Amino acid sequence: MSKILIRGAKVLGGEPQDVLIDGETIEAVGSGLSDEGATVIEADGQILLPGLVDLHTHLREPGREDSETVLTGTKAAARGGWTAVHAMANTFPVADTAGVVEQVWRLGKESGYCDVQPVGAVTVGLEGKQLAELGAMHESAAGVVVFSDDGKCVDDAVIMRRALEYVKAFDGVVAQHAQEPRLTEGAQMNEGVVSAELGLGGWPAVAEESIIARDVLLAEHVGSRVHICHLSTAGSVEIVRWAKSRGIDVTAEVTPHHLLLTDEMVRTYNPVYKVNPPLRTQNDVMALREALADGTIDIVATDHAPHPHEDKDCEWAAAAMGMVGLETALSVIQHTMVDTGLLDWAGVAQRMSVNPAKIGRLAGHGRPVSAGEPANLTLVDPAYRGPVDSAEFASRSRNTPYEGLELPGRVTHTFLRGRATVIDGKLA
Amino acid sequence: MMRHLISAADLTRDEAVLILDTAEEMARVSDRPIKKLPALRGRTVCNLFFEDSTRTRISFEAAEKRLSADVINFAAKGSSVSKGESLKDTAQTLEAMGVDAVVIRHGASGAPYRLANSGWIDAPVINAGDGTHQHPTQALLDAFTMRRRLIGPDAGIGQDLSGKRVTVVGDILHSRVARSNVDLLHTLGAEVTLVAPPTLLPVGMDSWPCEVSYDLDAVLPKSDAVMMLRVQRERMNAAFFPTEREYSRRYGLDGDRMAKMPEHAIVMHPGPMVRGMEITAEVADSPRCTVVEQVANGVHTRMAVLYLLLGGNEPAVTHARTEEGK
Ligand SMILES: [Zn+2]
Repeated sequence: MSKILIRGAKVLGGEPQDVLIDGETIEAVGSGLSDEGATVIEADGQILLPGLVDLHTHLREPGREDSETVLTGTKAAARGGWTAVHAMANTFPVADTAGVVEQVWRLGKESGYCDVQPVGAVTVGLEGKQLAELGAMHESAAGVVVFSDDGKCVDDAVIMRRALEYVKAFDGVVAQHAQEPRLTEGAQMNEGVVSAELGLGGWPAVAEESIIARDVLLAEHVGSRVHICHLSTAGSVEIVRWAKSRGIDVTAEVTPHHLLLTDEMVRTYNPVYKVNPPLRTQNDVMALREALADGTIDIVATDHAPHPHEDKDCEWAAAAMGMVGLETALSVIQHTMVDTGLLDWAGVAQRMSVNPAKIGRLAGHGRPVSAGEPANLTLVDPAYRGPVDSAEFASRSRNTPYEGLELPGRVTHTFLRGRATVIDGKLA
Repeated sequence: MMRHLISAADLTRDEAVLILDTAEEMARVSDRPIKKLPALRGRTVCNLFFEDSTRTRISFEAAEKRLSADVINFAAKGSSVSKGESLKDTAQTLEAMGVDAVVIRHGASGAPYRLANSGWIDAPVINAGDGTHQHPTQALLDAFTMRRRLIGPDAGIGQDLSGKRVTVVGDILHSRVARSNVDLLHTLGAEVTLVAPPTLLPVGMDSWPCEVSYDLDAVLPKSDAVMMLRVQRERMNAAFFPTEREYSRRYGLDGDRMAKMPEHAIVMHPGPMVRGMEITAEVADSPRCTVVEQVANGVHTRMAVLYLLLGGNEPAVTHARTEEGK
């Protein structure tokens, strides 16, 4: 592999520097590096970040290849600046055995656009009754570390306790989709002013918060770490803040859409805004931004959830829940966190690369941009502004809530172990 | 006049009064030997019902036929609404057939809004009840009934319901009738009080333009109209209230309670009634109960809505007189 010189990029938003990649590795970082024998990328004004790591991606394969495949999903990931994604387990069949996680892992290897780290189901068939073979999934070629029944909550307190305890043996972590099932029967949107008016079944904040409260206490009791998926309410933030202050080993994620959109959007009855957990209120949005800034929330995760057009082109109640997010995440974070002054680019790198890699125990990702490190890198043009156009998406699905919305920032280049997966905003 | 009728909240005071005045004209026509008006001759209206409701469907059908419209009844119930594809497909089928208006009833809140705003169809859409969201023609016929009874058919023309006190009792949480009535009655200047056990009131309704009470007896003496909503017995299985008997004791309307209402006050019910649950037979069959009138008024009101949405802005009376003169 030849050399690549990224010239004049602001590393983590700092002073402009040159970064020389040789093969799979960063060879040097400095100023005035020689471009001899190297392909030069002029990166004036651009920000260089460690390759982004998503802890929460639905790639849909196996089973729903009409909405996404590992190949199309990893292409979308590359376009969004991601070099590693965690593929959620709610596929058909469910990723609850070593066989299925190895299949997904192998498809990721074959795609070559982005590392795919499978997430294993906590319970057989996501049914919440019997633990899946967590150890076998960990020992498989896929080396599963993160376990989640995402899409469903591990609501049985005993099963959750056992799972938290069991995965300690191999430093695993349970990622909880916090949703008390009885409180959310028939739930269609956030329960509040808007649901009362629209006559749509309410998804109360307490259904999320009560599970988080229980799980951080369980994690404390058994001395395990626990990860909370897609925090969506101000109350959840308070609970996680309290748990951290007590020294409980809890990490939490927030999605880009929960940092930008509110339940007011549901007034359009357009199912493109239907997502689980639902869009909340402006008060929740502000609390989530603040929590991401102050570190109470550790990471941004996309909860990229592709759905075919027909599953959204219908009345609200019949529509599927979820939004695609891989290709817009960084722009939304720049818009909501960077351009608002809440976070600098080093902070973005921490929350979208370093921390998620740490939670997933993912070697080779979330590393410093310095000599000797693997060349997993993302180059962003923060000055770019333009409307979101889903026709440009590499994802097989188009269910974005941002269609036509003008957002800042654009990923110009993504490098996976020194190989460009995206060049000038286009898939390599 | 607006293009669609999706929510009672979309109506201005003047639009609502125009509909009520037009309905009054329609009522007068209905008293004549020849009830039919030529207003919608040559226009096709489709009653698209994804949810069973013979009462509402027949009411719309009668209204459409009295306006000389061609009527297509499309009962889509059972044709897999689980995957919503059928709403869009059906809409496009109707569009291709050149339908001039769609009256839609759907179990999913927002389905009429989607139909009107998704580019699936061009024709005006009239919401005949969607999920637990809205049922605007029901609110209009209720307001029409109140105006006739509390002010008078002639004295009411041009009037709203300013100062009238309306109490709505029952399952507010699951009721599109309650939502529509709160919106429309507020627009018309009435003071609305909702009475229900707290379990049957939605979280997040603090900003609604109405009062809330858990005590029916306290509210009755201050009511000009008391509207009883149907309460489904199954609700007690989901712990909304302990037993049918307890519900009736606390929130049902019987003869003793009715006696606490002012002399002129009326009892309303959108039907179908669950006698013995929210209302006793004694009350349901009393002359103060307007249930039967509401059914007749439903046809007049729906004629007015169809006429105004499809026919034009002028009062229907000109058409009526033209017909009379022939
Ligand atoms: Zn989830």
